[in-house]
Amino acid sequence: MSTTTDTVRPTRLRTGLRSLLDAAVTPLSVDDLLDHFAPLRNGAQAGLQGRIVAVESETADAATIVLKPGKDWNGHIPGQYVRVGVDVDGVRLWRTYSLTHGPRRDGRISITVKAIPGGAVSQHLVRTARPGQMLQLAQAEGDFVLTPPQSGSRQKLLLITAGSGITPVIGMLRNLYSRNEAAARAAYDIVLVHSAMKRDEVIFGAELRAHADAGRLRLVERHTDTDGLLTMADLEAEVPDLAERTAYACGPAGLLDTLEAYYGERRLTLHTERFRPTVVDVAAEGGTLTFAGGSAASVETDGSVPILDAAESAGVLMPSGCRMGICMGCVLPMKSGAVRDLRNGELTVAVPGETHPDGVKIQTCISAAAGDCTFDH
Amino acid sequence: MTTITNKAQNPTAHLSPDDIEALGAELDAIRQSVLDARGETDAAYIRTMVDVQRKLELGSRAVLLVSAFPPAWLLGTAGLAVAKILENMEIGHNVMHGQWDWMRDPKIHSTTWEWDNASTADGWKHSHNEVHHTYTNIVGKDNDLGYGIMRVDEEQRWYPLYLAQPLWNFINACFFEYGIAAYDLELGRNLRTPKEKRSEEFKRSLTNTLKKIRKQATKDYVINPALAAPTGSFLPALAANFTANVIRNIWSHSVIMCGHFPEGVETFELKSIPEKETRGEWYLRQMLGSANISGSKLMHIMTGNLSHQIEHHLFPDLPSSRYAEVAPQVRAIFEKYGLNYHSAPLPQQVASAWHRVVRLSFPNGWLATTNAKNLPSQLKLLYAMTTADKRKRRVMQRLLESAAAKKEMAKAA
Repeated sequence: MSTTTDTVRPTRLRTGLRSLLDAAVTPLSVDDLLDHFAPLRNGAQAGLQGRIVAVESETADAATIVLKPGKDWNGHIPGQYVRVGVDVDGVRLWRTYSLTHGPRRDGRISITVKAIPGGAVSQHLVRTARPGQMLQLAQAEGDFVLTPPQSGSRQKLLLITAGSGITPVIGMLRNLYSRNEAAARAAYDIVLVHSAMKRDEVIFGAELRAHADAGRLRLVERHTDTDGLLTMADLEAEVPDLAERTAYACGPAGLLDTLEAYYGERRLTLHTERFRPTVVDVAAEGGTLTFAGGSAASVETDGSVPILDAAESAGVLMPSGCRMGICMGCVLPMKSGAVRDLRNGELTVAVPGETHPDGVKIQTCISAAAGDCTFDH
Repeated sequence: MTTITNKAQNPTAHLSPDDIEALGAELDAIRQSVLDARGETDAAYIRTMVDVQRKLELGSRAVLLVSAFPPAWLLGTAGLAVAKILENMEIGHNVMHGQWDWMRDPKIHSTTWEWDNASTADGWKHSHNEVHHTYTNIVGKDNDLGYGIMRVDEEQRWYPLYLAQPLWNFINACFFEYGIAAYDLELGRNLRTPKEKRSEEFKRSLTNTLKKIRKQATKDYVINPALAAPTGSFLPALAANFTANVIRNIWSHSVIMCGHFPEGVETFELKSIPEKETRGEWYLRQMLGSANISGSKLMHIMTGNLSHQIEHHLFPDLPSSRYAEVAPQVRAIFEKYGLNYHSAPLPQQVASAWHRVVRLSFPNGWLATTNAKNLPSQLKLLYAMTTADKRKRRVMQRLLESAAAKKEMAKAA
């Protein structure tokens, strides 16, 4: 009894004091004000943020951004990704990047970014981001992670990566070999097949080769400039025991599609990580998007652009998440109209009086307008 | 002031429809140049502004904790007044216009912003952004013209009640935030409606506004003074909050009066506005219906850049920090098309706006025909008009107007 009152009283006092102080600064809250002094503290009102502590060059076009995340960061499992909100020319843009370290003792996290030609965010992060700048963060997500080691048996793994697809895998490797190397060697038998344009474009090239030299894994490094694109025949030749290995793959959509077809046919285990939805070519229609709720806006769009992008470009504040049709963070109720799923061309229609009165919930990040649409937002 | 279509000399008579569209295209080009240029420095500007404002307010409130000490009272009150002005004008007004929505920062966005004012963000966005900015200076449509309680145009019929309008205007200035809240609610019209016929929307807005007023008043007049009570500063802190609110109210009222009320700013007749007003015609109405205040950079910031009222009305959603830069280009367009770019220093504009309020509180022509010599007879006439019935008043009004016109002609000749 005494313990409960002891714990209840300070909390009640604290919430009482908090609401008094909030009332002293309304319409703001105390948290709004604290954000101006300590944006990385617990419970920051402006959401989770991270401060850039270092920008380390990896190759001519790639850099690792080391961040000190806010206290609300829940940690991550190597292989997971994080959504990052970056102010580019004053406009906040969100992208997804793999975390390239295991959990670190200093509590910092890192992402490694390859500057894509014309890519607003990747170019900004690689070329202009500087220590001290703040980024918005979401919590780590994703299930592209290794199965924990089982006692007694050694897991046989095949890691297939291409280009910046190495980023989730380097996080796994760093985590394995920086903690208890002997245990990691005993738990996993790893073959890594990595493909990049040429040798000096291999992100983490030196680190990967060092792992191979130390006998921690077998590295098959392929350079598409000289070796051509990786085919299934190449893979079978390089990895004779492929069928015995659990596979993890991350890279361009073409590679992943090929792998999925191959593994699917043979009923073998394959985990993949995609950073862009596969977009099918659908007849562009477009129309007027009307946001009938608090946003009160209307936006003209064509049928090839996700509704999320079209609305954001027009200055409408939209909920968003993974931007690839996974997390459901962008879902809005469509009161009337039709949208087309950009991944498979499927049509979703809302008709007032026929469909649900609250509207049909659609994912704005992978849906494009197929005619005029009205949203409650 | 007379609506432009009822004027002897319409200031837009020399413009052909093609001219008006060409002028619109030139203004569109200016707008596009800002859209193309806005970026990191603009974002940094508004974030710095919000940061400075919040720290200033926090610091001032901290100083007011010991406001029983007179220098602390003065410093804290001045700081709080400035902070409240910045919050309402350069930040709140402009954020709620959507000037910073392009940053996609949910913390600085028109749909999420709430301000330190009696009126709710939602109510204000409707009456200001939708009604006032769309129907600028159209008599009977734009309630900002006199807020429905004042006579701001010759074409509004004169009633004896208007004699008190300078007093109303002063009281409205002191308690402007409540005036705006009442005006956003269309309180007058709604209170005249029988209770059971009032719309649900009005009832909801009224509840929200009263809730907001209670929270605002609790903050300024209960909690902050109570926090200062341990140093014996309850009453001084309360007085400081009251003073800061009144200063903010009078300041914003003055700035806003300068935007549309000075003599020479045009008003429009509803029936003269085409059903489908073109972009060029809309621009033209904004150009003629607004007036600027000239002055220093600090003055522009303290007015929320409403000193660039003309530019603001042409481009209400461009970042306020860019108005100064486009002003010379806008002015050049006024000159090119032979229009009057109305700009004067603050004291002059305030005096001019007040002159209009006073002049129109009297029947048309009364002030113009009054001088020191005929004052007793004029007062007698005014008394007669005040006490006369409608018909007699109308006759006297007509006589007065023709006397004023005669005087005007004599002056011209």
